[in-house]
Amino acid sequence: MAKAQEITFDSLRPPAPWMDETHSIWRKSVRAFVDKELVPHIEEWEAAGEIPRDIYPKAAEAGLIGMGYPEEYGGAGTDFDRFHGTVTSEELARMAAGGVSSALMIHGIGLPPVMVGGSEDMKREIAPQVLSGKKQISLGITEPGGGSDVAQLKTNAKRSGNGWVVNGSKTYITGGCTSKWLTTAVRTGGEGMGGISLMLIDLEAEGVSRTALPKMGWWASDTATIHFDDVFVPPENLIGEVDRGFVSIMANFNGERLGMAAQAAACARVCIEDAAAWAQQRQTFGKRLADHQVIRHKIAAMCQKVWATTAMLDQLTWRVQNGEQPIAELAMLKVQATETMEFCAREAMQILGGAGFIRGHRVERIYREVRVMAIGGGSEEIMRDLASRQLGL
Amino acid sequence: MKVLVPVKRVIDYNVKVRVKSDQSGVDLANVKMSMNPFDEISVEEAVRLKEKGAVEEIVVVSIGPQQAQETLRTALAMGADRGILIKTDDNVEPLAVAKILEKVIGEESPELVILGKQAIDDDSNQTGQMLAALLDWPQGTFASEVILEDGKINVTREIDGGLQTLSLQTPAIVTTDLRLNEPRYASLPNIMKAKKKPIDEKSPGDYGVDTAARLSVVKVTEPPVREAGEKVEDVSELVTKLKAKGAI
Ligand SMILES: Cc1cc2nc3c(=O)[nH]c(=O)nc-3n(C[C@H](O)[C@H](O)[C@H](O)COP(=O)(O)OP(=O)(O)OC[C@H]3O[C@@H](n4cnc5c(N)ncnc54)[C@H](O)[C@@H]3O)c2cc1C
Repeated sequence: MAKAQEITFDSLRPPAPWMDETHSIWRKSVRAFVDKELVPHIEEWEAAGEIPRDIYPKAAEAGLIGMGYPEEYGGAGTDFDRFHGTVTSEELARMAAGGVSSALMIHGIGLPPVMVGGSEDMKREIAPQVLSGKKQISLGITEPGGGSDVAQLKTNAKRSGNGWVVNGSKTYITGGCTSKWLTTAVRTGGEGMGGISLMLIDLEAEGVSRTALPKMGWWASDTATIHFDDVFVPPENLIGEVDRGFVSIMANFNGERLGMAAQAAACARVCIEDAAAWAQQRQTFGKRLADHQVIRHKIAAMCQKVWATTAMLDQLTWRVQNGEQPIAELAMLKVQATETMEFCAREAMQILGGAGFIRGHRVERIYREVRVMAIGGGSEEIMRDLASRQLGL
Repeated sequence: MKVLVPVKRVIDYNVKVRVKSDQSGVDLANVKMSMNPFDEISVEEAVRLKEKGAVEEIVVVSIGPQQAQETLRTALAMGADRGILIKTDDNVEPLAVAKILEKVIGEESPELVILGKQAIDDDSNQTGQMLAALLDWPQGTFASEVILEDGKINVTREIDGGLQTLSLQTPAIVTTDLRLNEPRYASLPNIMKAKKKPIDEKSPGDYGVDTAARLSVVKVTEPPVREAGEKVEDVSELVTKLKAKGAI
């Protein structure tokens, strides 16, 4: 019997009714950039624990960094839709090096609060430097004392003269060692969510110290604990209104979650592609692995989950594109996607056997990236809790 | 100067092709398609000439199915100005392509036509040369450098013995080789702008060209599987092995 289709990264992407030729051309552009500029260096950058600074301007030139930002701020424009964003996330995930993509796209969580709440002067100063790839901006929410319970954060900013003096620490900060700026959540007021503000902190300012954190995966993205010891922050660095930061932080998460879901589902597709290729080639007990029902069913089960996740992803992308903020659904989508990634990483590893455990295999790397996807940007537990509260339980 | 760049939609260079079980060709169902890489180089060259101010308009033309519109759109996103889609579901052979292009050139009167030296699907390497013959235009094939100077087109060609430089009178045909340039990525804003650039739809019939096949494919087979080689430690081991095999 002729094979109906091959199981590949591309064949595992069902066509979304909302994607047209612009998405397909953009997919090819991103893929060409990734294959040429990133993939050949993954091992080297993973070992180095960071990506070289000169890759940012290249990514900016290819239009990756500036997408979604107005041209007047040095962006690549806003004349496109959320599905182009999904395409970008998927294509960056295809190289199976979340460290490289999270370092490269770190501005994706650091810059939006500046664009939404920052003063005109701040936007004019920061955005062009970030969007051209000259400088980077990270986001600092999580603290050594806790990450999930954002409302309890402790890093405090006290009025001093006309500005602020910041004391405290942030941790697990992506790009924390190398970024120039940190969009930082600080306590300016009383306890709880009503006392939190966002400020832009220059990480080269006096009183800032940073320590690199070695990690299980994502090696190519530098991750840091950042201490603030009487760091002076000028008044114009306030982002948005005083004590009104919590809502901006939560709004920022919605976009991040859609991107992470697309990324996780695409990682799952990589796992299936590699496992299916191996299963059709590797012989055990006189036949191909794929001819053993147990193995064949593993692959079918992986495909089933990926297709369900991608359908949900596309449908929610469409709703967000149409101006909705389906908070509960986005939270559940993120869980759906990271559980799918986890399942596929596990099953693909089993199918690859010892080969998958050896360094340098895409699936081996993805396996070590599952947890950060399931914990970062809102853990599975927190996502389900948020969803259930949104649903009125 | 006006430049015409023909572009072909082919199987993506990354796809591992599979021969159909009846050996009539390769399987095209659900296979990823892209612009022929040599045509990307042609588009890039035309766009660079335009950026240097040497070219005013770039017209791209594709002969193929409806989906070839995406190939044209990619070229428009890279910087071409407008497209012509000559729609057919037939497999059009190089001679018929050249005849259609001859007619398009008659209507468009470009002074330069830049084609890929070959398309990576059938690797014919014929269209540019046939077109030059039909038009009786000078041709510079396998270009690794193209310079416009004093109304002439200086083409450096990669030939077996090294490099040869030709000076062509316009109008002329150039076919591109791999080292001519590195094509740009179509950026998202340019992709969106390309949506608004015009694409004309035509059919081979509009040009009075019969695209019926003149060649028949007898059989398509996989290349024979290469056997794994042997690694040797040093030259003396190599010599011993070669002697044992009676090779030297
Ligand atoms: C590689 C990496 C990069 C990161 N990058 C950044 C960054 O750039 N910026 C940034 O601000 N943060 C970043 N983070 C931090 C990340 O967002 C947090 O790790 C995450 O929000 C969880 O916080 P926590 O680690 O403090 O865990 P905790 O909040 O201490 O939670 C620990 C565990 O308990 C569970 N839990 C907590 N509360 C509840 C509850 N109410 N009910 C049930 N279960 C609960 C959680 O789900 C989790 O499993 C990064 C983390 C990693 C690993």
